[in-house]
Amino acid sequence: MVNINSISFLAEGKATYTDGGAVAEYTWLIVVLPFLAALLITFFGKFLPLKGAEIALATIGFIFTFSSYLLYLNITEGVASEFFINVGSIGSFDLEFGWVVDGLSIMMYFVVGTVASLVFIYATNYMQGEVRYTFFFTSLTLFAGSMLVLVSSPTLLQLLIGWELVGVCSYLLIGHYWEKKENSSAAMKAFITNKIADVGLMIGIIVLALSTGTMRISEILYQSTHDYQSLKSVAYLAGVLLFIGAMGKSAQFPLHVWLPDAMAGPTPVSALMHAATMVTAGVYLLARMFPFYQGMASQALDVVLLFGVITLFAAGLIAIVQDDLKKVLAYSTVSQLGYMVAAIGSGAYTAALFHLWTHAFFKALLFLGAGSVIHAVHSNSMKEMGGLRKEMPRTYTTFILGTIALAGLPPLAGFFSKDEILASLNHGGYSAYFAIAVAGAFITAFYMTRAVVLTFFGDYRGNGHPHESDSMMTTPLIVLAGFAITAGWVNIPGIYTGFTDWVTTRKNPIVEYHPESFDYFALSSGLLAGLAGIGLAYYVYQVLGKPEDGDEKIKVEPVWNILENKYYLDDFYFKYIINPTKSTLSNIVDRFNTNILDRAVNMFGTAATFLGNIVYEKFDQGGIDKALNVSSSSTDALGARVKLLQTGKAQQYIMYFLSGVIVISLLILLVL
Amino acid sequence: MSVQPFLIAAAGLFSIGIYGILVRRNVVMVLLSIELILNAVNINFVVFNAMLGDALLQGQIFTIFIITIAAAEVGIGLAIVLMLFRNRKTANIDEFDLLKW
Repeated sequence: MVNINSISFLAEGKATYTDGGAVAEYTWLIVVLPFLAALLITFFGKFLPLKGAEIALATIGFIFTFSSYLLYLNITEGVASEFFINVGSIGSFDLEFGWVVDGLSIMMYFVVGTVASLVFIYATNYMQGEVRYTFFFTSLTLFAGSMLVLVSSPTLLQLLIGWELVGVCSYLLIGHYWEKKENSSAAMKAFITNKIADVGLMIGIIVLALSTGTMRISEILYQSTHDYQSLKSVAYLAGVLLFIGAMGKSAQFPLHVWLPDAMAGPTPVSALMHAATMVTAGVYLLARMFPFYQGMASQALDVVLLFGVITLFAAGLIAIVQDDLKKVLAYSTVSQLGYMVAAIGSGAYTAALFHLWTHAFFKALLFLGAGSVIHAVHSNSMKEMGGLRKEMPRTYTTFILGTIALAGLPPLAGFFSKDEILASLNHGGYSAYFAIAVAGAFITAFYMTRAVVLTFFGDYRGNGHPHESDSMMTTPLIVLAGFAITAGWVNIPGIYTGFTDWVTTRKNPIVEYHPESFDYFALSSGLLAGLAGIGLAYYVYQVLGKPEDGDEKIKVEPVWNILENKYYLDDFYFKYIINPTKSTLSNIVDRFNTNILDRAVNMFGTAATFLGNIVYEKFDQGGIDKALNVSSSSTDALGARVKLLQTGKAQQYIMYFLSGVIVISLLILLVL
Repeated sequence: MSVQPFLIAAAGLFSIGIYGILVRRNVVMVLLSIELILNAVNINFVVFNAMLGDALLQGQIFTIFIITIAAAEVGIGLAIVLMLFRNRKTANIDEFDLLKW
């Protein structure tokens, strides 16, 4: 029996909101449809003219339209409601699924809908003629759907399901070209790294569920703001455990190692994964649980802040030394996720989500732009690019816009969101972290400018003649460039702070610091750092040397080596975790396998063979077969005798017949 | 009037028919013997009809049916015999053992 009921708490934060009416009630459509679409593509995709892409496009188009309308509703009147479907109960545990329609999830729906639509359109052209085209769209649709399951979940259990589905889909998509060993290894690495983090999330969820007695997120948040002691006693532990989960998906140091390798997937996947679906999941989780962190686990927030700051700085530095254009962007994503996580850690809920929002658009733009370049030059390495400014004007222009947005120059999107994070750090009094974040802004600007110079300036160094991509690929770039310019305008302190209202429209009130006007100290330091980064990189790569020289001018060997080896983190993992596991644990397991399991299996095999022989000889051959043979041969022998009666002489037959009649008559006479 | 003489005559006729079927080698004679058996039955029908005084004369009507069928049967039988004789140049029933195993 399906039982839908909605709960409403009184808002303490935002003044007014509605329950969203019928539109909110039917929001489950956008969660369920991608899965139906994936089934349809799997079974019928190959027979359709566009090989299944049209189903994916129609679905994602619907999601985009629906989420746009939801966003419109949220902007005009504010929407916050949740719906539960009780699937079954085990004792006091209710297995519930459902969907949340509030500011936070609507923002995520919109980001997923927008970015995914553009990526899908782009992919139809980018993936043309590639292997497993239809399967690619199945996975891509599933990927978007999984993310929607995650962000729509009103219970921790559904969140976990969405979380794992996202992991599985990322595995499928990163390993799309699995014929090459390194690609399948990258997929495996992403999956296993995430799995390790997921253990933290799972334990965290169990701890929370046991201490609160419910899986409902809104209930848990309600308890955490109302001083429930049972929850309070485990709050720090649960907070850290949830963050470990978030570290995996949102690629925080030191679990970020999977993300750069995930570039093995096709570029549309990278764009989708880095902008809208996978990596935002961790930030979303922290944001969703924000009242809990704020109310009870504020010590855990210090951990979150620390790791966020480490990540934003460390990953940014690695991005400087990368040769692979996509890897520069990958480390950039890690670094920007560090900003978001640091913002959450400093208690700036809106700032984190605002950066997530703007970052989704300009990072998708940058990735798709990089894809367009890679499509043209058939190489990921910036050593084989250069001079593409003239050949690919549209890609160049949009890529520059994305770069400026990421570097944080006004009035593009990244400026406002990064400034808000810096302002929040400054306001919170974290002066050391603030300094690192400003340095991070400098690094961001530096590596992005480096990438632009090496890719688009100087002379072409690759093979063949690159030319501008198809309009199916450049149109999404142009649309995203529009977003990269304007997405930041929805939250300008002192002028229009609509975004703050969007994402704080929640059942559980958010208490946080909103800058009333610009924090001019933070603003100027961030802006100066950005300008300095751009200027220095341009000076080093374009003025001091030529783009052809690459990193010659600033290569300081020891530092460069450390960065190129990614702080030896992968080596560390291999040396101290993976290889020991392989050499000792695997040996033990192997011995166990050979000596015990295999032996047991072999014994079973031998015994079964022996038994089988007995059964075959005695029972089958001696029993059943013999019985059949005897019955057939005896029938044969009998037939040989009896057939002699059939002489073909009619008179004899009549003779027999008459004798029979006489015998029967006599019998009747005698008996009666 | 007693029915006994008639029944004895019919039984005699029947026995002669059976004897003819079993003993005669000529197919035509076998067919004739079958006719004798049928006629023995006919006599029985008529006699019992007369004895029971059935107003509807069912026995006699049945007899007419039998005579009709016997005529048809003889027609078919003789035709078969004719064909057999043409093919085998003999009317000896012992030669016709096509149904032998």
